[in-house]
Amino acid sequence: MSGKLLLASSLGLLLLATMILAVTFGPADIAGSEVLQVVLHHLGIVQDTPVSRLRDAIIWELRVPRVLVAAGIGAGLALCGSVMQALTRNPLADPYLLGLSAGASLGAVLFLLLGAALLMPIGAFVGSGIAMALTLFVTQALGGATPVRAVLAGISVSALASAATSFLIFWSATGDSYREILSWLMGSLSGALWSEALIVLAAILFVGLPVLLSGRSLDAFAFGDNAAASLGVDVGRLRWTLLGATALLTGVLVSIGGAIGFIGLIVPHVARLASGSRHRVLLPVSMLLGAIVMVWSDTAARALFAPRELPVGIVTALIGAPVFILVLLRYRRMT
Amino acid sequence: MKGLVVSEASVVAGGKTIVQDVQFTALQGHVTGLIGPNGAGKSSLMRAVLGLQPMAGGTAIFEGMDLLAMPRRERARVCSYVEQSGSTETHLSGRDVVMLGRIPFQSVWQTSPSSDDDHAVTEALDVVGMADFGSRLYHTLSGGEQQRLQIARAVAQQPRLLVLDEPTNHLDIHAQLNILALLRKRAAAGATVLVSLHDLNMAAAFCDSLVVLSQGQVFAQGVPQAVLTPELLRQVYQVDASVLQHPHTGRPLLAYDSPL
Repeated sequence: MSGKLLLASSLGLLLLATMILAVTFGPADIAGSEVLQVVLHHLGIVQDTPVSRLRDAIIWELRVPRVLVAAGIGAGLALCGSVMQALTRNPLADPYLLGLSAGASLGAVLFLLLGAALLMPIGAFVGSGIAMALTLFVTQALGGATPVRAVLAGISVSALASAATSFLIFWSATGDSYREILSWLMGSLSGALWSEALIVLAAILFVGLPVLLSGRSLDAFAFGDNAAASLGVDVGRLRWTLLGATALLTGVLVSIGGAIGFIGLIVPHVARLASGSRHRVLLPVSMLLGAIVMVWSDTAARALFAPRELPVGIVTALIGAPVFILVLLRYRRMT
Repeated sequence: MKGLVVSEASVVAGGKTIVQDVQFTALQGHVTGLIGPNGAGKSSLMRAVLGLQPMAGGTAIFEGMDLLAMPRRERARVCSYVEQSGSTETHLSGRDVVMLGRIPFQSVWQTSPSSDDDHAVTEALDVVGMADFGSRLYHTLSGGEQQRLQIARAVAQQPRLLVLDEPTNHLDIHAQLNILALLRKRAAAGATVLVSLHDLNMAAAFCDSLVVLSQGQVFAQGVPQAVLTPELLRQVYQVDASVLQHPHTGRPLLAYDSPL
């Protein structure tokens, strides 16, 4: 078991190093030591810093919140993916593929265009919840849950939600807001603020961490609902609580970063290779790995073609889609 | 009375009565076989007794405890359940599978198995003769090996009541005999074992007592010699058979006549 602890703590250190390094990337030449000084200064641990005001602002106001948002979104999406894959016994389950992200986008855009930008996370939560319910309903109507049926249902729900979103944008958005919404829809962390970083971190803290505690009960689902129930798990309650938490977390993350694909799908599979299938270990390892992958993806998105910036969703899709094909090959007898 | 006493049990699913007013007893230290044609309600009855499926009426009392009124976790430390065939898409090792049986004993805060857990798992693997399979991947094993791991998982729950739903389905004859001998050993160790079986010769050879379920009701119960008669086979299964005696054990041995 100390091996698992070692894995988790080295991933934790790797995440920390990744975040510091990611802050140094960008037009202004910033050193890792400066990042540390600025962060320690703002946390009140160090009184004075030799770092100039301007550089301090670049680090603390522009780059740190963005890296935090990326880490939080990556951790959250990977957690949602792991939980959904366990609960539905479907290795292809993730918020993006099962339509939750598209539903969340629709809810968020709707609230945005209604002028309630502050309530976007709520709209996104409602949207992702409705999309999930719809996907599960269609899956059942197709004759019971198999991975392929669930994905087909998710694709149709996604298509519906995306069409509605496009219609809303086409109908009401103009000029700049049009471009802004489109870039956000593709998944973009451009211009992330501290307020957004705090929302993401709060979602991880209050929704994500309690979900971690359900790890052992998730293990019980390996052989299906009856087996889980015979091990003392309240199957109905756990399923609805965790699916609700997943919808909530997805909603909040999408409202901040847009619909970012493949992190929730791929990261749990990679994490499983390293940590095994026991969720008490898998869930935290997935979160750490998701955060690392997302921070690097976002850094690539803003640094590769600087000063132009790619939506990070494009980067995660470029990395994720080929890995997705590998996952499909691994589970080919199910598809 | 030591053992499981089920009284007036009824199960309704989808508006249909599947099990009606069933009474039977499974004694401690005995292997009690639940037999009957497909659709007789065996699986529903077993699940309902363990609280995995709602019971429309009736009680299931085990060693004085009302199984249906017990908190789930507590019940999972007394009873364990093995299904026909456990399949999973998760890549679990043999030891991981058996460790699942420790879930009812572990707290949410616990990050790794306790020494009690490790000990119980090692012992359970030993009991089913799978000590060398702890690190093998479950989905790469044969059906018989998988089923033995499922039984080891159930044994790791340290159950006093062991309920198995057709555990020998799809297994070759060697694996079937192996599984049933294991159940006899659990009973000899003091457990109450309730097992549903399709193969009546296996039921006759390994069970101390049989409960015959037909169309959701108990048709007969008692020792195999008393229950497995040509009349019963005709009435319950619509088959003609001669009942012989096993040359070594003296237990009933059925020779079926072709329906043509």
